[in-house]
Amino acid sequence: MLTETRPSYRLTGSTGDWEVVMGLEVHAQIASKAKLFSGASTAYGAEPNSNVSLVDAAMPGMLPVINRACVEEAVRTGLGLKAKINLYSRFDRKNYFYPDLPQGYQISQFAHPIVGEGELLVDVEPAHGEPSYQFPVGIERLHLEQDAGKSIHDMSDDETYVDLNRSGVALMEIVSRPDIRSPLEAAAYVKKLRAILIALGSCDGDMEKGNLRADVNVSVCRPGAYEKFKATGDFSHLGTRCEIKNMNSFRFIQQAAEYEALRQIELLETGQQVDQETRLFDPNTGRTRTMRSKEDAHDYRYFPDPDLLPLRLDPDFVEKIRASLPELPDEKRIRYMHEYGLSAYDAGVLTADADRAAYFEEVARGRDTRLAVNWVNQELFGYLNKQSLEITDTPISAAALGGLIDLITDQTISGKIAKDVMLKMIDTGKSASDIVEAEGLKQVTDTGAIETLVNEIMAANPKQVAQVQAQKEAGHAKPKALGWFVGQVMKNSGGKANPQAVNEILKEKLDL
Amino acid sequence: MSVSKADVKKVARLARIAVDEANLEHLTGELNGIMGWIEQLNEVDIDGVEPMTSVVEAQLKMREDIVTDGHKADEILANAPKSDDGFFVVPKAVE
Repeated sequence: MLTETRPSYRLTGSTGDWEVVMGLEVHAQIASKAKLFSGASTAYGAEPNSNVSLVDAAMPGMLPVINRACVEEAVRTGLGLKAKINLYSRFDRKNYFYPDLPQGYQISQFAHPIVGEGELLVDVEPAHGEPSYQFPVGIERLHLEQDAGKSIHDMSDDETYVDLNRSGVALMEIVSRPDIRSPLEAAAYVKKLRAILIALGSCDGDMEKGNLRADVNVSVCRPGAYEKFKATGDFSHLGTRCEIKNMNSFRFIQQAAEYEALRQIELLETGQQVDQETRLFDPNTGRTRTMRSKEDAHDYRYFPDPDLLPLRLDPDFVEKIRASLPELPDEKRIRYMHEYGLSAYDAGVLTADADRAAYFEEVARGRDTRLAVNWVNQELFGYLNKQSLEITDTPISAAALGGLIDLITDQTISGKIAKDVMLKMIDTGKSASDIVEAEGLKQVTDTGAIETLVNEIMAANPKQVAQVQAQKEAGHAKPKALGWFVGQVMKNSGGKANPQAVNEILKEKLDL
Repeated sequence: MSVSKADVKKVARLARIAVDEANLEHLTGELNGIMGWIEQLNEVDIDGVEPMTSVVEAQLKMREDIVTDGHKADEILANAPKSDDGFFVVPKAVE
């Protein structure tokens, strides 16, 4: 079910109701072969410091040269977010000291980002059967920047180990407006953004490897305050925000936002104040803790990088990319509605996530669409939701589920038995046909065998036979007692008799 | 605009330069001198003048997305005061 109304997320404290306001900064690693400003590889999992050039190690005299593909991907992503592409953008130095930042500054885009304002439509699927809904999130900007290296703190008690392989890899930082109003919406926003990035091919979306990570800005306010902010643009209507850094799973984003909102409400209700600060989420405790406080806040002293000229794009360059844009999730949804005849809801569920869409298309290929949708959306997703699993954790591959559907289509098993077979497939990892074979679940379509069953039941129940005849003579085209016979035959066959064949034989024998 | 001793202390800390109390006075004077000098530039009317980013008319050069570099961990680590197993090793830095 899809609804037009966006539910409001309210938290009840001891002094009344509160609402949450969130804006996200997502760092998406560009799927390029080489780094943003050097020719070193971006490959994951290489030997430490092997994918490092003298530029990435910030050796004196080295000069950055920008990777054209990274510029293209940033533009492509901007177009996918229906955003303004800035034909003039510029690189700035963001200055800070940290062992994994050998330059002493990160090359980023501060004053003039490559992509300006855009918009993204988020699909939210609440748990507990509440209706799904869509809402728009404003994109403030997207800019290019370098990633830092990796610090490892647990290889020695009093030392930090530094690997610069990631140093200089291209990132897109995508900044949203504070349009997100619940922890669930925050996770849904990242899901949709990830689906778009994967469809565009500009980022592989691999969150486990940290190729997509989110910083979440959370603040709380009283009901009505957000509307005042929207009307005036005046941030003073909103509460002080905290930024929770670097989360790489949908679940963590949601949990961290839930915890952080409650933490802020408790501070405010006990007469304390929320300090603007950067916090870290600890998945083990489900809490957030201070990473750096305001006094220690960084003063980045941005200034234009004198090593790089401004980035000027030719309008043709942008138009060529626009012309080559692939199908995006929202377009895919509309195609599913037309091509497969799906409802807006079914199509939305399938296309909200690139992995789901790919899974569905594999199952649906060459098979009955209605069956494919039911088995993917209802049975499989129903199971995954119950187990809190993502599609990427599915215990049944698309090919295996397709195999199960094939057995229904060729009438080897009934839909009812197929549900049991699916659970057995999950338990054992065996294919549908192996399970049906081993457990003798094959539907009985052999009319002789069904006839024998029908004869036995008719002989044992003359009263019911007479009833059917009486109902028939009274002018009932479909005597109710027929249903009783169908039930008996199915029961005696262990659910394996083909219901259609049973019906036909019964009608014949009962002279209907 | 003038620079105070506190400003100099802050800038020094951000740049990770140790400045002792005795030097602060002197450095504050120097920085104020430089600031005053730059302020003179503000007197020039630059309305409608594009910022100059290069003395020659030039476009930002771009590179193709090809791996051409890397696999020189030994060279990268050559100047490191300490390294171990291919990593730079520095004093513990947990933020």
